[in-house]
Amino acid sequence: MIRNIKPKKILILGSGALQIGQAGEFDYSGSQAIKALKEDGIFTVLVNPNIATIQTSDHLADKVYFLPLNIFFVEQVIAKEKPDGILLGFGGQTALNVGVQLYEKGILEKYNVKVLGTQVEVIKDTEDRQLFSNRVAEVGLKVARSVTAGTVQEALDAADKIGYPVMCRVAYALGGLGSGIVQNKAELEEKTNRAFAFTNQVLIEECLYGWKEVEYEIVRDVHDNCITICSMENFDPMGIHTGDSIVVAPVQTLTAKENFNLRAIGIKLIRHLGIIGECNIQYALDPNSGDYRIIEVNARLSRSSALASKATGYPLAFVATKLALGYALNEVENIITKETSACFEPALDYITLKFPRWDLQKFEHVNKVLGTEMKSVGEVMAIGRSFEEVLQKAIRMLDVGMNGLVGNDIDFAELDKEITQPTDKRIFAIVQAIKSGYSIEKVHELSKVDNWFLHKLKNIIDLESKLKNYNLETLPIEVLRPAKQAGFSDKQIAGVIGSVAEAVRAKRKSLGVLPVVKQIDTLAAEYPAKTNYLYLTYNGRENDIVRSTEKQVIVLGSGPYRIGSSVEFDWCCVNSLMSLQKAGYKTIMINCNPETVSTDYDVSDQLYFEELSLEKILDIYEFQQPLGVVVSMGGQTPNNLALKLHNAGVKILGTTPEQIDNAESRHKFSQILDSLEIDQPEWKELTDIDSAKEFAQRVGYPVLVRPSYVLSGAAMSISYSEDDLELFLKKAVDLNKEYPVVISKFITKAREIEMDAVANNGELFCYAISEHLENAGVHSGDATLVFPPQKTYLETTRRLKVIAKEVAKALQITGPFNMQLIAKDNDIKVIECNLRASRSFPFVSKVLKINFIDIATRLMMGESVPKLSRSSFDLDYVGVKASQFSFTRLKGSDPVTRVEMSSTGEVACLGDNLNEAFLKSVISTGFNVEPKSVLLSIGSLDKKTAFLEEAKILQTMGVKIYATTGTGAFLKENNIEAEVLEWNLENGQPNVMSHLSDKKIDLVIGIPSNTEKAGLSNGYLARRKAIDQNISLITNLEFARRYVKAISKFKMSDLKIKSWDEYL
Amino acid sequence: MPGAKLVLKDGSEFEGFSFGSETSMAGEVVFNTGMVGYPETMTDPSYRGQILVLTYPLVGNYGVPGDANPEELFKNFESDKIQIQGLIVSEQCEGFSHWSAKQSLSDWMKKNNIPGIFGVDTRELTKKLRSSGTMLGKIVVENTTIDFEDPNLRNLAAEVSVKEPVRYGAGEKTVIVVDCGVKNNIIRSFVNRGISVLRVPWNYNFLEEKADGILISNGPGDPKMCTDTIANVRSALAGNRSILGICLGSQILSLAAGANTYKLKYGHRGQNQPCVEMGTKKCFITSQNHGFAVDTKTLPQDWREWFTNDNDGTNEGIIHISKPFFGAQFHPEGAPGPDDSEFIFDMFIRTL
Repeated sequence: MIRNIKPKKILILGSGALQIGQAGEFDYSGSQAIKALKEDGIFTVLVNPNIATIQTSDHLADKVYFLPLNIFFVEQVIAKEKPDGILLGFGGQTALNVGVQLYEKGILEKYNVKVLGTQVEVIKDTEDRQLFSNRVAEVGLKVARSVTAGTVQEALDAADKIGYPVMCRVAYALGGLGSGIVQNKAELEEKTNRAFAFTNQVLIEECLYGWKEVEYEIVRDVHDNCITICSMENFDPMGIHTGDSIVVAPVQTLTAKENFNLRAIGIKLIRHLGIIGECNIQYALDPNSGDYRIIEVNARLSRSSALASKATGYPLAFVATKLALGYALNEVENIITKETSACFEPALDYITLKFPRWDLQKFEHVNKVLGTEMKSVGEVMAIGRSFEEVLQKAIRMLDVGMNGLVGNDIDFAELDKEITQPTDKRIFAIVQAIKSGYSIEKVHELSKVDNWFLHKLKNIIDLESKLKNYNLETLPIEVLRPAKQAGFSDKQIAGVIGSVAEAVRAKRKSLGVLPVVKQIDTLAAEYPAKTNYLYLTYNGRENDIVRSTEKQVIVLGSGPYRIGSSVEFDWCCVNSLMSLQKAGYKTIMINCNPETVSTDYDVSDQLYFEELSLEKILDIYEFQQPLGVVVSMGGQTPNNLALKLHNAGVKILGTTPEQIDNAESRHKFSQILDSLEIDQPEWKELTDIDSAKEFAQRVGYPVLVRPSYVLSGAAMSISYSEDDLELFLKKAVDLNKEYPVVISKFITKAREIEMDAVANNGELFCYAISEHLENAGVHSGDATLVFPPQKTYLETTRRLKVIAKEVAKALQITGPFNMQLIAKDNDIKVIECNLRASRSFPFVSKVLKINFIDIATRLMMGESVPKLSRSSFDLDYVGVKASQFSFTRLKGSDPVTRVEMSSTGEVACLGDNLNEAFLKSVISTGFNVEPKSVLLSIGSLDKKTAFLEEAKILQTMGVKIYATTGTGAFLKENNIEAEVLEWNLENGQPNVMSHLSDKKIDLVIGIPSNTEKAGLSNGYLARRKAIDQNISLITNLEFARRYVKAISKFKMSDLKIKSWDEYL
Repeated sequence: MPGAKLVLKDGSEFEGFSFGSETSMAGEVVFNTGMVGYPETMTDPSYRGQILVLTYPLVGNYGVPGDANPEELFKNFESDKIQIQGLIVSEQCEGFSHWSAKQSLSDWMKKNNIPGIFGVDTRELTKKLRSSGTMLGKIVVENTTIDFEDPNLRNLAAEVSVKEPVRYGAGEKTVIVVDCGVKNNIIRSFVNRGISVLRVPWNYNFLEEKADGILISNGPGDPKMCTDTIANVRSALAGNRSILGICLGSQILSLAAGANTYKLKYGHRGQNQPCVEMGTKKCFITSQNHGFAVDTKTLPQDWREWFTNDNDGTNEGIIHISKPFFGAQFHPEGAPGPDDSEFIFDMFIRTL
């Protein structure tokens, strides 16, 4: 039918930068969609400013636009490309919202663009709470009792009618932003006040706290075939956002009747709504009667659908795309089995568990209690054949230093509070409670977690106590095997019985306690499957596969997305896999992150969905016997394993592990730099506070303090005074006992530079230099990156190249590496060097159009690569990478950039010059670039002076300037008119807080002084207010100056709509 | 925990631990890929004589419900007792949890004298059954001995059928349910739609009974063993009264019409079997439990293939070109399973 008039050109909207509530899962879904369209010979156009994604690679979409995802830009892309169809369901809430606006403004109609799959009217039915409730009622199904409110007063009236506590939900919100349980009138008033800054509608509904939360993924074709692909059940019941819940698939505690009843309800509703393609339905299920409420339907691919896809092996996004094109479900092949149809519901013969990864400790003042607003930044998924096994695996996969459910160094003072007001550590509090004698019933009462799960936790705890009766010699197989079957790691067992991991490993191998390799085949072994999707389990006796005799290479993935390690490393892994395959190797991927493309069924020859731990990698290595392992693509997690793997006899490909250690160890690296006569900021490694103070005194404050193994600036900080230093050290030294703390002289007003490069046998092969827009002091992951550099002196770049050459030679580098340097005048100092791919590899590779990962991989495999003819000097355009922050979601967090990384994602756009590229990038992260009013609050005098020129520009542009008292006085002295605002209500009117509340201010430039004390300062309160009111906020001086210059030169309409390939 | 093992006819052994009743038991070993519904599945009379392997590794999570009135049709089970010979699982759950649960899976099996083994690599076992075909096997607890026994040599339908006719419901119209091992939910499906049911033994001559339609039920074993039922259905086909066959009933209907049936290598047992309605793009997810199938090539002139299995192309239903005679190889009543094909009951009832 529709296929006969199949579109020829389709526009796909991506999801932009990764942020809390919308992460890497949409790279997976978009990439799948593009592949599915290409298979049908359709020309694909993609708009997505997230340059680190796979979907924006040259081998996928035919045309890529690194442009902001809003209707202003998308309309222009439509006008230029004239697609005949558009896909809205593959770019998360962002794409969906843009799609709805395009439709409502008549733009789709104007350009005759057909929405494929679920139609916009249907999307609106699912997004608008009242419309949704009505549609559900039409078919006699049940939603939570709810009333829509358009004002604060209406919300209060509604709550009175329903009765407190109520759930307050915000329409059109990413991951439930602003939603939550409200206990009383005052709370509701405050919450709705804030919500109406984002939306014009909130929903007040009956509170279902403590009900089971379950989800189903449903697909439907134009022929009305409708099936459910996967069921999922939350460990944490209603009340905690599903993105922050531990989730198992399939459902575990539902009877067949409950399960098939919910399935039937879902299908009935989805048919009634008229969804075509994929969607997700969430239910609350009464744990005491089986009664249900429909919570919501997401008429698009979602985090849950990515999880379901990886949990079942069913390629949901691929199939959804085919259905959007008009295929019938049974016309789509089951790509996993290659033998059966896509019209079936996967049968699992294993259990999967998703565990969220939080990074809350990286934020100051943040509220850590979990609720209905999502706070996690990533997730892992474990596969196994018992709940105990997947739970313990998943906890280790998080890479937060936990050994499993038990055997951790963690202690809670207020157990009941930890359990009733859950934070990211609740499950460990439950363990402590059970150990200290709480009954299952008592824990259930406090947590509402189903007893089935709690019994399972107790099984693990009981096994631990059993283990305690033995030492290595006496540990019998009758205890060892059940422990392994319950997911205990060798290290964890060693910790309990007073041994070491290597010894436990040797013992269990001698007893024949080995994991087996099982396949995920979507059909529980009913039909033979040609699947490459694997996991390890101790709950089995037979390997599903035999070892391949072909040349194989293992690539280690990056694990869960977190602050500091995100989709960019997945891009590196996927590109490395592709290069290996092209070179004729069979590839084996190990990763545990369901949001990635690297864990897709068609990316590697074999995928192990497993822990990135020494134990599991060795198990796989010993089973597969590959040529070697690539550790340099997945970021710091695999990099940290290099030496341990090497010592266990694993062949590491590329730069040797000893050299990796030479670069990682500050001492060794420093000696190497000294011997090369390369400068570095003065530093010292210290283990006690007194010698730290002494050192800082000597080199002079400020100093930079950090642990020797650094990940995303964890525990890194600048101390401006001895008080600062002492306060901070107490936190940092405690953080990592294995490695001492390093203190170095912090160089102010210096330029920070990134060098991404590839070397071969110690010879520099290719490199890219990018500069930070911000001065040193902002973490490189939060900084705005400019490539090619616009401000760095030629002399400096020349010198940088020489340094890179010398370092490459000294460390005998083969493969990717990254250096961070500081330049002040022409004086260069090396800050650090990582012998692995870095966060900026996809950025420089795509801007330069030279794939550094491909080159690195080929060189690591000993292939010859022809010399490059192109360099960054040839570029007639500029790329700017900007960071995306998720402060809005992290209630209370101080939205200011520091040496500690806090961004959750990034975008990068191209422009004919710096200003144009900069503006496109910052618009992509949500900045308002046509402000009518601005609030200036600039910390110290030198910063005020430095900003003077820009303040004048703002005045010339006719922007209404508000200023805080000090800044206002300074501006006045310099003949700039500004309306002075008092800080707060107590100081009288007009004041900052009320102006922000009333949204009289479009932009806040609030640059804290170095001496601003931690705590609830006025500056913090204003910054926080701006974020809560969705007002653009700038906290860095250089960024602010660039911003003002750029908006004075370009209006939105001046920004060019050019695709990636048009930048030559 | 006492050890137990499953011994297959080919000599292979699967060791594990005993749960349920500590007795040895022989039967035909089959696997089911459903992820929920063990109480329904284990009480399904079609499993008579079979040792059941569940591919989903965690079994017993929500315990076993009680049943209020044992005098009436059980609400939570598909017949009045556990029908399987034994159960093989990877893990059986002691710490069950559900508001409707009255006992653990193990206790329930103990009461019914049914043995089980847990700790088995059920995926390995399933792959073996898939590649070698359904096999005879026995559960051996500790050091007892027991012989293999082929249940298909017995008339299993006769074993599970009611001995005397029973009536259910008080609707105006009546359907005769020929009980070759009928699942309770087939009877419920009629009663809930306001249709009376006259449940008769498998070999009962129902031709003279006053009723508006005839349902030939599901049941265990080889359809060719049900010679009396086939003969009765053949006579019924001469008339115009509506006939619906479900599962074994569909095979009996085919045999009565003159077609042939054969044994599948390892059968279809699960809740996710895709069935396509011939000549349409309609695909239904169905619950299935059968080891035999209709040979479509042998269908007589006036019969057509109605559904086929989208995975392996085998027959999933037959339909007469002019009379209200239909057979569904799958279970439109689900229990456990999806309700996608429930419309077959509505369609059948409309012809009454």
